[in-house]
Amino acid sequence: MSLRTPLGRVLGAGSAHEGAHHWTAQRATAVALTLLTIWFVVSIVRLPLADHASVTAWIAHGANPVLLALLAIVASWHSQLGVQVVIEDYVHGRHAKIALLLASTFAHVLIAAVAVLALLRIALRSFG
Amino acid sequence: MSTFRLPPNSRVRRDGKMFRAPEGAKQPRTFRIYRFDPDSGENPRLDSYEVDMAACGPMVLDALIKIKNEVDSTLTFRRSCREGICGSCAMNIDGLNTLACTKACGDIKGDVTIYPLPHMPVVKDLVPDLTQFYAQYAAVKPWLQSRTPAPPDRERLQSKAEQEKIDRPSACILCACCSTACPSYWWNSDRYLGPAALLAAYRWIIDSRDEATGERLDELEDPFKLYRCHTIMNCTEACPKDLNPAKAIAEIKKLIVERQH
Repeated sequence: MSLRTPLGRVLGAGSAHEGAHHWTAQRATAVALTLLTIWFVVSIVRLPLADHASVTAWIAHGANPVLLALLAIVASWHSQLGVQVVIEDYVHGRHAKIALLLASTFAHVLIAAVAVLALLRIALRSFG
Repeated sequence: MSTFRLPPNSRVRRDGKMFRAPEGAKQPRTFRIYRFDPDSGENPRLDSYEVDMAACGPMVLDALIKIKNEVDSTLTFRRSCREGICGSCAMNIDGLNTLACTKACGDIKGDVTIYPLPHMPVVKDLVPDLTQFYAQYAAVKPWLQSRTPAPPDRERLQSKAEQEKIDRPSACILCACCSTACPSYWWNSDRYLGPAALLAAYRWIIDSRDEATGERLDELEDPFKLYRCHTIMNCTEACPKDLNPAKAIAEIKKLIVERQH
């Protein structure tokens, strides 16, 4: 049992002076994702054929690989921000929280990197 | 991890006592009320009281006072003004946090279930421990801070429009219905200030006479103190004074971003 005053406990270690950037980034990535997702869904629906050759040809065509890379990166970023909030909300053990935050960030960066690499390979193959 | 189940010694037993209405009751109505006595060492339980509504006032608080006066004097609850201005009789009635004195029994279907405000330590029966809640209010420095001295011959003046901005937020009675309705407050009340304290902070942030706006925003910009609010809106839903803490919190977040750009 602690004999610290209630006000002392509430004030705690004070303000981190941080959070606005996270809040803005979550909303900015949401706006970007809305636009990218509309483009993605419309493009997929309009694809005449869905076989492997025509899909990879579409991926490599024009600005598509750039937009797809943006979609993968922004979606991973947005998801990372959201999962971070969930972990901070519910996981209170100090070590478990740090471990989960690290694991989540690593996993999201890995997914984005793999997606970009796959896009690069498809896009560059069409040049070669 | 957050604890989603009550600890074993806090789980509510359903086999509480039953107090029947007196013979010849014209409109018997059942009130199922949470009872907890820390001295007994027993788990909390739900007691049922049949009240003759033909001989009782219309509000839930009227029924509670009637039970305490005529049936069971051990029933413990807070009340004072009985007209929605002191905030003492805040409790969870029919699943919603509200004031017992302004909640009409007629607005509730079936049995009237009454619990203390959720997720707070219970002192006894319907009395929660609000120590931390009051400390959170104190933490936002809910008073005027100004470096300019007040004019020697009169009050600090405000325009009508400036006064109207703080009109509604000032009407908060600190009943704690909003904060204790908020899931984010349930899981993180040790670090999240909660809607009531943030509404109070907002009331001073937009006060035209206050000169500590920047310091106030600096203090609030914190992943836990402010940004645990995920706009769930239970606070606004629960407020018995029809205030809008969720909007106030959103405005604070906007002000913090606006000063960056």
